[in-house]
Amino acid sequence: MTKVLELESVSGGYGETEILHDVSLQVGDGEVVVIIGPNGAGKSTAMKAVFGLLRLSHGTIRLKGAEITRMPPQEVVRHGVCYVPQTANIFPNLTVEENLEMGAYVREDDFRPRLAEIYAMFPPLRERRASAAGTLSGGQRQMVAMGKALMLDPTILLLDEPTAGLSPKFRGEIFDTIRHINGAGTPILMVEQNAKQALAIADRGYILVDGQNRLDDTGPALLANPEVAEMFLGGAS
Amino acid sequence: MIEFVNFHLIPGLVLGSIYALGAIGVSLTFGILGFANFSHGATMTLGAYFALTLTWATGLHPLIVLPVAMVLTAVVVLGMDRGFYRPLRGSSAVILVMSSFGLMLMLRSAIQLIWGPQVHALITGIQRPYIFFDTLRISPKHVLIIVSALALMYAVHWLLTRTKTGKAMRAMSDSPELARLTGIDTEAVIRATWIVSAALAAAAGTFLGLDSQVETQMGFKMLLPVFAAAILGGIGRPYGAMAGGLVVGLAMELSTYAWIGTAPLVSPGYKSGIAFAVMVAMLIWRPSGLFRGRVF
Repeated sequence: MTKVLELESVSGGYGETEILHDVSLQVGDGEVVVIIGPNGAGKSTAMKAVFGLLRLSHGTIRLKGAEITRMPPQEVVRHGVCYVPQTANIFPNLTVEENLEMGAYVREDDFRPRLAEIYAMFPPLRERRASAAGTLSGGQRQMVAMGKALMLDPTILLLDEPTAGLSPKFRGEIFDTIRHINGAGTPILMVEQNAKQALAIADRGYILVDGQNRLDDTGPALLANPEVAEMFLGGAS
Repeated sequence: MIEFVNFHLIPGLVLGSIYALGAIGVSLTFGILGFANFSHGATMTLGAYFALTLTWATGLHPLIVLPVAMVLTAVVVLGMDRGFYRPLRGSSAVILVMSSFGLMLMLRSAIQLIWGPQVHALITGIQRPYIFFDTLRISPKHVLIIVSALALMYAVHWLLTRTKTGKAMRAMSDSPELARLTGIDTEAVIRATWIVSAALAAAAGTFLGLDSQVETQMGFKMLLPVFAAAILGGIGRPYGAMAGGLVVGLAMELSTYAWIGTAPLVSPGYKSGIAFAVMVAMLIWRPSGLFRGRVF
C-alpha cells in the first residue's frame, strides 16, 4: 500500500506552547483514517500541522513521498490537500454554487464537470444552489463544506470533526457521505468526537493522548480493544 | 414643491451617489483587510487633483480623463499598500487604523505641497441647467454625476457577482481565514480591493470637484458622511454602502428644507451634523447596519 500522507515525529504548537510531541501517522491509498482522543489531546492540532497552520519545531510531513513540511496553506491546497475546518467552514454570504466555485479557485481548467459531479453526490445542494450558504441547515452546510473541498478532486481530504453539533440523524448521513466520498477513491483523514461511529467506518485509527501517539490499529480492532472502550466509548452508550 | 426638488432632492441624490462611491471603498477595505481606512478621504482628494491636472493638460472634460485619474490613484494606493499596509498585514486593527490615519496626513500634506492650497474649479464657464416643465431645473453636471455614479455602482455589482476575483473578494470579506485555507490568493484579492476602492474614491473626489470645487480638504470633509454611509449600510456590505450613501446624502440635503414654517429645518451650516447623528444612532441601536454587516 502506498502512503499518501505521512507525518514523521512531528512536534510543534502555537507560540511558545508545544502541543504535539513526536506524533507520527500515515494515511494509505484509499483509506479512511480517524484520529480520536480526549479533549486537548492535539487531534485537530495534528491536522493543522499538515496544513501549515502550526509552528513546527521538528518532524517531516510528506505527501505522496514529497516533503510539504512548513508549506503555507495556499501551497498545500495546490498540492491537492483539502481541509474542512470544524467551524466557519463555509462562506455564509456566498451562494451554495459560489462556495463550490471558490473551492475550485486554484483550478485553471473548466471546473463545471466537477461541479456537476458534486451536485450528483449532494442532490440537496443542487436545489439550493442559488441560496446564501448561511441560510442552510447544519447538515446541508456540512455538505457545502465537503463539496467545496472536493471541487479540487483532492489527493487527500482532511475533515476536522465533521459531525460536531449535528443531530444523530444528520451524523449518520455525514458518515454515510464520508464512506461514499472514500468509495469514489479519495483518502480521508478525520478527527472525530463520536469515536464509536467514526471507528466503525474507519480502516485505521490513531489514539492521541497529551499530544503523543498512544495506540494505533485497524478500526474494528480499536473498537474491540477494552482499553479504548473504557477511555472513549463510554461503556454501554 | 419645485423648490424642494431643485434645491434639496436633486442635490441630495448627487451628494448621495458621491458618498455611495466613497462608502463602497471603505466597506470593502474594512471587510477584506479588517480595518477602518482613514486615508480614504485623502485618496478621494488625490483622485480629484489627478483629474484636475489631466483636465489642465489635455483640455478635455473631467469625465473623459476620469478613467486615467482612476488608474493613477489606484497605482498610488497600491504603492501605499506595498510600503505601509503590507508590512503590517496580520497586525491588530488598531495599528492598521493608526497607520491609515498617518497615511491620511502624509497624503494630504503631499497634495498641498504639490498642488498648493488654492481652490480650483474643475469646469469653468457658466453651466446652463436643463429646464423641464418650465420650473424643474437640472444642471447637466448633476445628470452626468448621477448617471456615471450609477454606472460605476453597476460595474461594482458586476465585478462582485460575476467575476472570480469579485467572488473571492466577497469570500474573503466573509472569512479571511477560510479564504486562505481554500487556496484563494489572498494577496491578489487585497490588491483587487485596493484597486476598486481607489478607483471609486477617485471618481467620488472628481464628482465632488465637479459639483463644487477642488481643494485639499475636500476628502477630509467627506470622510464623516462616507463612514456614516458605510456604517449605515453595514460594514463589509458594498450594497449596503450604496444604499447608505444615498440615505446620508439625501438626509443631509433634505434636512435643510423648510419642512415646518419658512425657515430651513436645520441650518445648512449644520448639515454634516446630520451625517454624524445618523452614524451615532446606528452605532447605538443597530451597529450591524441595515444590511447586517460586521460590528466595529
